[in-house]
Amino acid sequence: MEVFFINLIAATFRVSTPILLAAIGETFTERAGILNLGIEGIMFFGAFVGFFAADLSGSLWFGLFLAVISGVLSGLLMGLFSVSLGVNQHVSGLGITVLLTGLSLFGFRLQYGGRSTPPSIEPFQQINPFANIPILSTITQQYLLTYITFLVIVPLAGWILYRTRYGLHIRAVGDNPEAVDAAGVNVYAIRYSTLAIGGGLIAAGGAFLSLAQLGAFSHGIVSGRGWVAIAIVIFGNWIPLKVMFGALIFGGTYALQLRLQAMGLKLPIPYETFLALPYVVTIIALVVAGRNASYPAALLKPYRRE
Amino acid sequence: METTKKKLRLVKTNNPSFWTKPLIPVLALVGTFMLTSGLILWAKANPFETYYYFLIAPLGSRVSFLEILVKSTPLMLTGVAVTFAFATGYYNIGAEGQLYAGAIAAAGLGMAMHAVPAILAIPIMIISGFIAGVAWALIPALLKIKLAVDEVVTTLLMNSIMAYIVSALLNGPWRDPNSGWPQSQEISPTAMFFKIVPRSRLNLGFIVALVTVLILWIVMTRTSFGLKMRAVGLGKPAAHFAGINVNKTILIAALISGGIAGIAGVAEVAGIQFHLIGELSPGYGYTGVIIATLGSLNAIGVALASLFFGLLDAGAQTVSRALGVPVYLGEVTQATMLLVTLGMLLLQRYKIRRI
Repeated sequence: MEVFFINLIAATFRVSTPILLAAIGETFTERAGILNLGIEGIMFFGAFVGFFAADLSGSLWFGLFLAVISGVLSGLLMGLFSVSLGVNQHVSGLGITVLLTGLSLFGFRLQYGGRSTPPSIEPFQQINPFANIPILSTITQQYLLTYITFLVIVPLAGWILYRTRYGLHIRAVGDNPEAVDAAGVNVYAIRYSTLAIGGGLIAAGGAFLSLAQLGAFSHGIVSGRGWVAIAIVIFGNWIPLKVMFGALIFGGTYALQLRLQAMGLKLPIPYETFLALPYVVTIIALVVAGRNASYPAALLKPYRRE
Repeated sequence: METTKKKLRLVKTNNPSFWTKPLIPVLALVGTFMLTSGLILWAKANPFETYYYFLIAPLGSRVSFLEILVKSTPLMLTGVAVTFAFATGYYNIGAEGQLYAGAIAAAGLGMAMHAVPAILAIPIMIISGFIAGVAWALIPALLKIKLAVDEVVTTLLMNSIMAYIVSALLNGPWRDPNSGWPQSQEISPTAMFFKIVPRSRLNLGFIVALVTVLILWIVMTRTSFGLKMRAVGLGKPAAHFAGINVNKTILIAALISGGIAGIAGVAEVAGIQFHLIGELSPGYGYTGVIIATLGSLNAIGVALASLFFGLLDAGAQTVSRALGVPVYLGEVTQATMLLVTLGMLLLQRYKIRRI
């Protein structure tokens, strides 16, 4: 039983990583007033570009790098519609998701379509700074990207948003762009920059799936994780540390399902119940947290200088 | 598209140049195909030949023309479904899950109605699919109006949950033991939609889709409820001030939306597949959002957009068979067309001026 829980905790950090990366990315863009529904497609695109580039170049880090670049560009594309043109964010975001999903599948079919076995690469190896300590070593056996996400990106995101001038500008743009503009800050530049940062992080989350967790790419690789990330951002009230707890709740439920499946228990209910459980938990968490959710006041509102 | 350049500015205008409106679809089309030709070159195909197979060839033969109508059926239904919700300012992005809810109802009842004559079985299929879609749409709609939980997120999450329910049914109790694939047993022949044109796949589903377009048109232009929907869609506080029960209007529109998406699932099960399968919809629910937008949230626009997208879906398959260009060209083209059109529509409201 003890082993079960230790393994569960280890798996929780692992499966939370891609969702947390995407959720932190989305936190940035939403803080500046843009809901990026392109998130699901950008994750998928990041997973594909990362896999494809790593496969061609033989370098996982180069794959990750290109995935992040593709995410930044996707974020800027979202900016073209939501910031420069000011069109409906729901529709343009979904359009970008459909576009990037189609592009990834097109490329995947073109490059790997004829093969009889699904293509795979040697994924990132896990590291363990505390390999000699019993029990703890099971939990610390993680991917470097997981360490970076939890120990660098989350605190850094919190620091940027709450302790820097740039972060102050982001939050102000998300609440009252007119006032920020009057104070001489370029609203468009702030929004574009958060979309670029967000896109890069979201794509990195997708690339984590293909380059670390699976070492492969498939149609169902993201399967709604982007949407979950959006829910987690609301649950976390747009605060990086709380977003991290939201990601861990989802990750924990998902990991529990993985562990139960791995144990091969004959359960009287279908295993899909456990697969669906994290999504149900996310909705419930949203209902509980949603009552106190303080949306950025200018979220979904295009800004245009008259 | 370069609106951020120093010299060019978008200037709001109330009287757009007379030539912009008819030009938008044409420019959008040209822009879309220029953008997607990069992909065609990547696939080592000739863009002109590809566009011939993509857009012209499907119109050329009886069989392929009818196939366009077959492909447009689920798109028309989800397009109408999304329009009901979006016109009311309720962002139902759950048509995908609601479609599967309808499909489950259709498959479940269809397998059980071997003793029921078609004249009863078919209406039962359609009505129960509608009810199933309503039921699946009810949860996010209630969360929205009772607890103010954002419907975009909940409807998206409900899609994922529905995918696992379908998977559970197909890997569990409904799995056809005689099939190598996870699929349900075939529905009763009496529950299958009859063919409109013999020796084709075109079936009753297309007529049902046209009827929903007609209903949308009547509701939006000829009823007070349509007026309420549009008022709520334009602004909730103003609608409330005008004495409209905003929550009730949203709830009804959301449920109609879910119900019609459910019928899309019925049409696919009873008209095309005759089984419940996991790949019933390649994202019709999401494409419905694109169609509703391109159709400017009006009935005729939605009908035209779904027919055109039916052509793109049928054409993408022709291209894939004839030239080996991956079938996902269709999906990419549809999304590109949406984004290009969104950009273009704005030109209607703004003039580009040098300042």
